[in-house]
Amino acid sequence: MRVLMPDTLDRALEMRALETDALPIAGGTDLMVDWPEHLDLHDRVFLDLSGVGGLKSLVWDDRSLGIGALTTYWDVLSDPRAGTELPMLQAAARTVGAVQIQTRGTWAGNIANGSPAADGVPVLMAYGAEVELACMESTRRIPLSGFYHGYKQLEMRPDELITRVWLPRREHRFEEFIKVGARRAQAITKVGVAIACSDEGWRVVANSMAATVCRCPRLERMLDDEVEVSSPADLLDAIRGDVSPIDDIRSTARYRQKVMSRVVYHSLRAECAWVH
Amino acid sequence: MPGGRGAEATAVKRVEGLDKLTGAERYVDDLTIPGCLWGMTVRSPAPRGRVREVRFGTAVDWSEFTIVDQTDIPGENAIKLLETDQPVLAGSAVRHVHEPVLLLAHESREMCRRGVAAVEIVVESEDPIFDFRLSPTPDQIQHGSDNVLKRLSIVKGDVEAALAAATYVVEGAYETGAQEHVYLETQGMVAWVEDDGAVVVKGSMQCPYYIHAALTHALGRDDDGVRVIHAPTGGGFGGKEEYPSTIAAHAALLALKAGRPVKIIYDRGEDMAATTKRHPAQVRHRTGLDAEGRLLAQDIEVDLDGGAYVTLSPVVLSRAIIHAAGPYSCDNVRIVGRAMLTNSVPYGAFRGFGAPQSQFANERHMDIVASRIGMDPAELRRINLLREGETTSTGQVISDGADRIEVLDAALRHAEYAKRQERHVAFNAEHPYLRRGIGLASFYHGAGFTGAGEVYLKSRVGLAARPDGSVAVLAASTEMGQGTTTVFTQIAAERLGYADGDVSIVEPDTAVVPDSGPTVASRTVMVVGHLVERACDNLRARLEVAADGTGDELKTAIRQWYADHPGGSLQVEAEYHKPEWVEWDDEAYCGDAYAAFSWATYIAEVEVDLRTCNTRVTDFVAVQEVGRVMNETLARGQVQGGVVQGIGWALMEECKLEAGATRNNQLTNYIIPTSVDVPPVRVFFLQKAGAPGPGGAKGIGEMPIDGPAPAVINAVAAALGRQPTSIPLTPERLFDMLEDAS
Amino acid sequence: MEIAFKLNGEQVTVQTEPTARLLDLLRYPLGLTGTKEGCGEGECCACTVYLDGDPVNACLVPVFQVRGREVLTIEAIDRHSLEPLLQSGATQCGACTPGVVMMATWVTTRPHLLEQFSARELMAGNLCRCTGYDGIIEGLQAALDVDGAEDGA
Repeated sequence: MRVLMPDTLDRALEMRALETDALPIAGGTDLMVDWPEHLDLHDRVFLDLSGVGGLKSLVWDDRSLGIGALTTYWDVLSDPRAGTELPMLQAAARTVGAVQIQTRGTWAGNIANGSPAADGVPVLMAYGAEVELACMESTRRIPLSGFYHGYKQLEMRPDELITRVWLPRREHRFEEFIKVGARRAQAITKVGVAIACSDEGWRVVANSMAATVCRCPRLERMLDDEVEVSSPADLLDAIRGDVSPIDDIRSTARYRQKVMSRVVYHSLRAECAWVH
Repeated sequence: MPGGRGAEATAVKRVEGLDKLTGAERYVDDLTIPGCLWGMTVRSPAPRGRVREVRFGTAVDWSEFTIVDQTDIPGENAIKLLETDQPVLAGSAVRHVHEPVLLLAHESREMCRRGVAAVEIVVESEDPIFDFRLSPTPDQIQHGSDNVLKRLSIVKGDVEAALAAATYVVEGAYETGAQEHVYLETQGMVAWVEDDGAVVVKGSMQCPYYIHAALTHALGRDDDGVRVIHAPTGGGFGGKEEYPSTIAAHAALLALKAGRPVKIIYDRGEDMAATTKRHPAQVRHRTGLDAEGRLLAQDIEVDLDGGAYVTLSPVVLSRAIIHAAGPYSCDNVRIVGRAMLTNSVPYGAFRGFGAPQSQFANERHMDIVASRIGMDPAELRRINLLREGETTSTGQVISDGADRIEVLDAALRHAEYAKRQERHVAFNAEHPYLRRGIGLASFYHGAGFTGAGEVYLKSRVGLAARPDGSVAVLAASTEMGQGTTTVFTQIAAERLGYADGDVSIVEPDTAVVPDSGPTVASRTVMVVGHLVERACDNLRARLEVAADGTGDELKTAIRQWYADHPGGSLQVEAEYHKPEWVEWDDEAYCGDAYAAFSWATYIAEVEVDLRTCNTRVTDFVAVQEVGRVMNETLARGQVQGGVVQGIGWALMEECKLEAGATRNNQLTNYIIPTSVDVPPVRVFFLQKAGAPGPGGAKGIGEMPIDGPAPAVINAVAAALGRQPTSIPLTPERLFDMLEDAS
Repeated sequence: MEIAFKLNGEQVTVQTEPTARLLDLLRYPLGLTGTKEGCGEGECCACTVYLDGDPVNACLVPVFQVRGREVLTIEAIDRHSLEPLLQSGATQCGACTPGVVMMATWVTTRPHLLEQFSARELMAGNLCRCTGYDGIIEGLQAALDVDGAEDGA
């Protein structure tokens, strides 16, 4: 095993360009799980980002919040402004593992790991986040909702690193993150939904419901069009079109689909004045 | 502080508590052993078949490894327990996935892992059986003529006649799943060979003398050729009752071959995949009642999945059937039990030892009976709970001074049972998706070995007097968190009139302590603790100090003895004698099954979310009669821990089996309760009953896991007006049940 | 590789395999066995240590990430602060206990966290199979009360 340990972003990007097989590591909360048994990883090259300066803090400007590549869940939980202005960020952060994970796990790592069960990603996506990707020559921004092409397939070149995630500071008429797990803390999501409504319209994002965290355009359209809904079943067609959950070690497709319809329905019933 | 206090009990602080809080306590993996190698196990990839070949890959340099296979075993290739059917290392045949086949040792733990990964065990598959509820095909027979590992039955009165005469006959079938112990310290053992040739193993264990017997057998040695030392043990719950014999044998074999100490520490994944679990069970009930709801007949069948070898299944089955009819008076009872072989990882001891399975069924069934005959569940129990002088299913007359109705009523009162029932009706009518309910379970648990078991054990305890007048207790009972060290200290100090600091507890070591029997079966305080008391009495008698003499008088006498016997060593023993009244017929399976029962009623309140089918326990009341409570803090901790383990078993802990092995062998996917998944557990002790333990104490370790599952599921049933019959009642399982019905 | 960092207040420099986890480094070469391994997957928090003052799972920290940083382990905790946890029955088998103590101590010194989180939520990462959590939560609460009383005095 070899470890590259840059202390500046420029140096990190240089190393990234030179050693495209190197695995970037920040908080390590995904890569290090069951580490001793993952003998294949022990022969890899690692690009340790933890020493890179300037990427940990939250950056607030007039129109946006920038979450750095090394910003942890706990950093967001410790920022009162995040709690009042973008409450879903804190709602999601406090469901990620234990405090001991929240102090290490990073939002950018959650995005880059590409897990469909990622809890940080749906709230970012529902808030309309953009991912800032940098390589030695340039920097680009792309919408997070366009970042995933398939299971663990990312819109990211091997010479790029996520440097920051940008969230627009918008007024939200409604915002809620719902996580259904096997227990009330430290659970991997079985059904997750982030719902937000701003002047840009409705955003509904699901995790653990498809090969990637994904927006639910049919549900969003129903909400934008103010379609009358009188029971969770009325949402099922849209959900079937938007997501494709599977049976796995944690739950079943059938459970996931129906439960999603119920939590979405009950979350919005009052807000949308759906009469039962 | 939640919970009430019974009679004032001394709350001596845990003796080794500060060492544990500061991390100073040295568990087996914390020991520094010079020159120690790491040992690991290569396991069968197949559930059943013939081992055709062991292929050693080229990824590692095999000359650096110590390699042990079954040909390296000097004695019989068998883990000696009840039987000798389970090999130390598989020979030509394997019977379950993860069965040990080969052992490796290397200086580097990482290289050892690479070595394990480089071995391929080639197995020619044979037809396995995984479902214990099905009859095996001829090709699947691997034990006797029918794969039945053990059959047992209890018969009292005439069940068929009573059923024919009953006003109501209610039937039901219930299932419980495998459960993983999740002791926080994984299994581990270190072995080395002394200069005199003796093999020493030290590690995480409940029963040093079980390991001693297994090692002498497998290594072909006499008693002095093997020494077993207990290291501080990070939780057991039964999981370190029999399985450590296997790891000890493995470590010893590697150490003998390598000529160096070898340490085997299981990773969590290996521990969860390869070691024993709670026996899955299916229990069927047919119950007859008269018009007033009195039990006339209980016809019960208990089937257990034993897994691939006998292990302790016959004894688990025994406890399961003895507890299957519950703490109720019924003149006609028939209980038939079977433990079946399957090609699953062998099931073994787990807190409760079969009783949680059979009492889940019985207490769930009581609620279903109540609903069928239109009676409140509490009332049905009140009518049928054993009164003083009545008999259990084995015909044991209960006359211990305990009042089981008082236990029930105390629980109902503390839980505000009736008031909450009313509130729930109103709440459930209003809320769009939450449903609340309250449920109870009345149950009992026998302390100590069953029937004549304690007689066969012939347990002994030693007490050594030191020249300064202090004493040391010599017992094989181990500390694994339950508080043996503290309670033995208390017992001896109280009996001798000593301060706690004048008593020490010797580390269990087969070269030093006598065989006090295994640390299991809720027997440590009641049975072994009583021997500690008697050893104290023997010391007094030996020194001719009056029975009511003070501690100072005894100390003076001890010092005098040492003055009179320079170079001498003063030590006394006490040996188990059964209480005269205990009569057990092992052929007919009737009589006094246990020297004492503890009695309890537990009440759970739950809230079910109909959106997700998640069930949350919102209140829990645990009332028990355990005789004298030796140490309130420790006893309360036993109950609270057992209740939470039971809630986990009821609602979330599921071994997802594939080819007979747990596929979700990670704490990420095998879910146990966290601190936010459970409410404060409100614990109450009644302390009226007499019992054979010190000062009237009974066993307490296992009982707390018998009641939570039925109480919780009964509460779910009350909340939903539906009758779930199997656990764990995961959200997915409840979802399927509700969906399939609608 | 060589790693220099501050361990329990002292500057140390150690030779280690790059594949080692902080947990392995502490327990074996450095002999600080108070930090326990419960699962190796960041799930049980028995291996909780402080990294630059924050509680983290030492099983998920690669050694190369502690260079230049500050690590505090259970061995640095003042034993006199542990009386409330001893009294309340917060430890039974002791395997989860050092992690519990590290987390509880961290909370005790940051009582403002209880305005945002419940004590049970803050402790939810520390799996315990013996106590049912009541002994731990009561001990933490008692420790907070003691500290609060001292602050007020």
